Amino acid sequence: MIDLKSNFIGIETPNPFWLASAPPTDKAYNVNRAFEAGWGGVMWKTLGEAGLPLVNVSGPRYGAWHGKDRTLMGLNNIELITDRDLEINLAEIIQVKKDWPDRGVVVSLMVPCEEQAWIDILRRVEDTGADGIELNFGCPHGMSERGMGAAVGQVPEYVEMVAAWCKQYSDLPTIVKLTPNITDIRTSARGAVRGGADAVSLINTINSVMGVDLNQLRMSPSVGQQGSHGGYCGPAVKPIALHMLSEIARDVECNDIPISGIGGITDWRDAAEFMALGASNVQVCTAVMTYGFRIVEDMIDGLSRYLADQGMTSVDQLIGAAVPTVTSWNKLDLNYVAKAQIDQDSCIKCGRCHIACEDTSHQAISTEINGERGFQVKDEDCVGCNLCVVVCPVENCITLRELDTGEVDSRTGELVSANYQNWTQHPNNSVG
Amino acid sequence: MTALTSNSAGQSVPAGHRLSEADYQTNFSDIHTPLDARSAVVEADRCYYCYGAPCQTACPTDIDVPSFIRMISEKNEVGAAGKILSENIMGGTCARACPVETLCEDACVRNTEDDRPIQIGLLQRFATDRASELGAKFFTRKAATGYSVAVVGAGPAGLSCAHRLATLGHDVVIYEAQEKSGGLNEYGLAAYKMAGDYAQKEVENILSIGGISIKHGTKVGKDVSFAELQTNHDAVFMGVGLGTSKDIQLDGEDASGVLNAVDYIHQLRQAKDLGQLPVGQDVVVIGGGMTAIDIAIQIKRLGAANVTMAYRRGKEHMNASIEEQEFALNEGVHIAHWAKPVSLQIEQGTITGVEFKKANVEGNETYITPTDMLFKAIGQSLTPINMGTTEFVKTSGKYDVDNELRTSQLGIWAGGDCVSGSDDLAVSAVQDGKLAALSIHKTLTQSQA
Ligand SMILES: Cc1cc2nc3c(=O)[nH]c(=O)nc-3n(C[C@H](O)[C@H](O)[C@H](O)COP(=O)(O)OP(=O)(O)OC[C@H]3O[C@@H](n4cnc5c(N)ncnc54)[C@H](O)[C@@H]3O)c2cc1C
Ligand SMILES: Cc1cc2nc3c(=O)[nH]c(=O)nc-3n(C[C@H](O)[C@H](O)[C@H](O)COP(=O)(O)O)c2cc1C
Ligand code: SF4
Ligand code: SF4
Ligand code: SF4
Repeated sequence: MIDLKSNFIGIETPNPFWLASAPPTDKAYNVNRAFEAGWGGVMWKTLGEAGLPLVNVSGPRYGAWHGKDRTLMGLNNIELITDRDLEINLAEIIQVKKDWPDRGVVVSLMVPCEEQAWIDILRRVEDTGADGIELNFGCPHGMSERGMGAAVGQVPEYVEMVAAWCKQYSDLPTIVKLTPNITDIRTSARGAVRGGADAVSLINTINSVMGVDLNQLRMSPSVGQQGSHGGYCGPAVKPIALHMLSEIARDVECNDIPISGIGGITDWRDAAEFMALGASNVQVCTAVMTYGFRIVEDMIDGLSRYLADQGMTSVDQLIGAAVPTVTSWNKLDLNYVAKAQIDQDSCIKCGRCHIACEDTSHQAISTEINGERGFQVKDEDCVGCNLCVVVCPVENCITLRELDTGEVDSRTGELVSANYQNWTQHPNNSVG
Repeated sequence: MTALTSNSAGQSVPAGHRLSEADYQTNFSDIHTPLDARSAVVEADRCYYCYGAPCQTACPTDIDVPSFIRMISEKNEVGAAGKILSENIMGGTCARACPVETLCEDACVRNTEDDRPIQIGLLQRFATDRASELGAKFFTRKAATGYSVAVVGAGPAGLSCAHRLATLGHDVVIYEAQEKSGGLNEYGLAAYKMAGDYAQKEVENILSIGGISIKHGTKVGKDVSFAELQTNHDAVFMGVGLGTSKDIQLDGEDASGVLNAVDYIHQLRQAKDLGQLPVGQDVVVIGGGMTAIDIAIQIKRLGAANVTMAYRRGKEHMNASIEEQEFALNEGVHIAHWAKPVSLQIEQGTITGVEFKKANVEGNETYITPTDMLFKAIGQSLTPINMGTTEFVKTSGKYDVDNELRTSQLGIWAGGDCVSGSDDLAVSAVQDGKLAALSIHKTLTQSQA
């Protein structure tokens, strides 16, 4: 087994699996159980200013999008930052860090966008012995209306300013947690870089409304007569998170800032994908809220075996390994040609590939083979779009075959060229 | 109808009341556990919504299976029932009685993939039951055409034909020899397939369309002449089924204890107290089809000690599907293949045994199976109807029809079990009735123009 030791901006943990700042890290009770289960570190549930704590609703905080078999695909919440007294939280953090010296404890923070407020809270956190701070610039509901959370995260200049205060007034490693509720996430990441942050983490939750109760014609879930938008997370948001992650990872201005990956991570495969696209470690929330802390055992086992299979000796070798494979559309090779092909032995003749291609793509799949029901790709019409592959219910039944150089593409009648040619080089492109 | 018991001359009489009341309850309650709302959605979600779906092609009534299943997965059960019933007005009975393992479910592409087809029958039942619980109505009648059609027989074929004609605006009079409607749905299908008086519930739903009147206890050819039908109506549909059980052609067939399976099931289906039915200890069933399987299982479930199904050929030749055979075996029925009955052992007018010859072995060796109750289940034939001067072209005693279910006589259609080439399934009878109605409609409305 490969040792999964992780070093994230100087914070050493036995593995790169962290719990995101959220209910699982809300108090010592949970965090102790998480560490017992094997989690490498926790982002403590976001703390606010001293004073009377916030009050959460006492109705439904969560809503979910379920698959028909009730697999939880997406989770939505309207929870605020911690609703527990600051002093109790700080005392617990001190104790937990003492009890678990080998694990990471980072404290998530969200206070008003005023210098003094940050100075005050930073002092308090430094006294706990915590390993670092995470600035919650991402919470999309409840706090943003008060000018905190996403309201700050959406303005790169504010991100820069607060990050700079934190670096100025404390020695704690500073992670800026980014909101995805922004058109181009790189702008706020760049703000964090300019402010001197040690790392960014992403994504926080996405603005969402789960649905409507069609019997009552009322937004769902609702607290009494009305509901409010929440933050979306869980498996459904993973592709969005991966996109934002890779955008930052390959952005020159972000200057290789370490990244903590978050968003829909449920198993070791998800974690490995985040790391391959540039995350130094990963944070998990929804998956543990669905299954409990014990899933980390499988994550540790799976990732460790995977690294061994890949011939890697540490997680560092995985980090960013796939980043160079992400590029912009206009750099894609237009001379690459692939065609769908159907493995007749595994085809169950459901006809879905045909109707998808027939109604919505390129009319490239026929319905008869030698006069009997059967499905076959017409190379002369297939553009290799992959639609049939994704709609086929049998895994690996349809695959895309890459045409070799020199083969004739029967759709265009042209030979497949070995020369790379992208859109910017294409004769049809008059704009450039 | 054959008498079930005969007490004269000290003959032994098979006894009833072999089981407790609770056992009868269990043995004759619904054989399938219906899907609940949740499992229906989960099962429906397994369906791939195939294009040109093989299950639909395999359904004799051409139900749009992928669409109705998708509607269930969208929790639109009423819409799903509408889809089903628009093609098959007896979708409820078919969901209970169709041998799905040889029809739609056999064709399901998920057999190829993981050997577990979509439970189309149970889903169909879920939707139709749900819609009927909710009292959903799906059909309205077109403007009255003024035509009147006579339908002979209120079985699946006749009712399906009548319903479709009624929706098209015609008036229908059904002549039915029995006191209840439903044909074999009411009198023939295994009791545990049609639990809860389902046949009558369904008939009630079908008739709620209006425009259909039924004359029960009216046998055409006896209580009313065929000529009268032709005079009083603009068209006639014959859905008379097969009323006569075939004989095994051995001496002693009229002995006490020798019964027609179909007649016994008729009594079983109508029995208020199952304990009243006579049940032998050593029961032999001659036949290899669905009726043979049904009687064997039901007599076993009534408490018979030993039940042997004797079939003159091999397992693979049986009309009953492999699944049905397995079901019977699981129920403790013994199936004797290659068993050809050669004589009946009769003592004092009562059956005591059947002599069999092994049909797949050369020579004349025989063996005797002790028997106190023998069921004949080797098929049914058309009961001749007094039609006056009207003559039909027939094959094997059944009406020949074209692809629009027209008989050789102008103005007379026929469908269901009584036509040649029928496959003796309720679902096919429903399809025949539907197609005949469309043809009748076409003929009547065209002749008007
Ligand atoms: C024991 C048994 C079990 C079966 N099990 C199944 C099963 O599980 N699944 C399945 O799909 N199929 C099954 N079948 C077959 C199915 O019942 C028939 O295919 C179906 O009922 C045929 O419908 P039908 O309308 O043609 O005839 P029937 O259902 O036989 O109806 C004919 C009607 O016409 C009436 N009639 C006849 N002559 C006259 C007359 N002269 N005047 C007035 N009325 C008349 C009869 O009383 C009867 O009501 C079974 C059959 C039997 C015998
Ligand atoms: C109920 C709930 C409460 C959360 N509270 C916080 C919070 O206080 N601070 C914070 O930075 N993120 C918070 N988050 C966001 C998570 O930390 C995480 O970024 C997000 O859920 C995406 O990860 P996931 O897909 O693994 O759940 C919360 C999420 C949930 C579901
Ligand atoms: S790859 Fe696209 S074009 Fe080709 S067969 Fe599949 S769906 Fe049709
Ligand atoms: S979708 Fe897949 S399984 Fe279905 S017909 Fe096409 S190739 Fe075969
Ligand atoms: S064949 Fe099976 S999977 Fe396909 S539509 Fe029919 S029931 Fe669904």
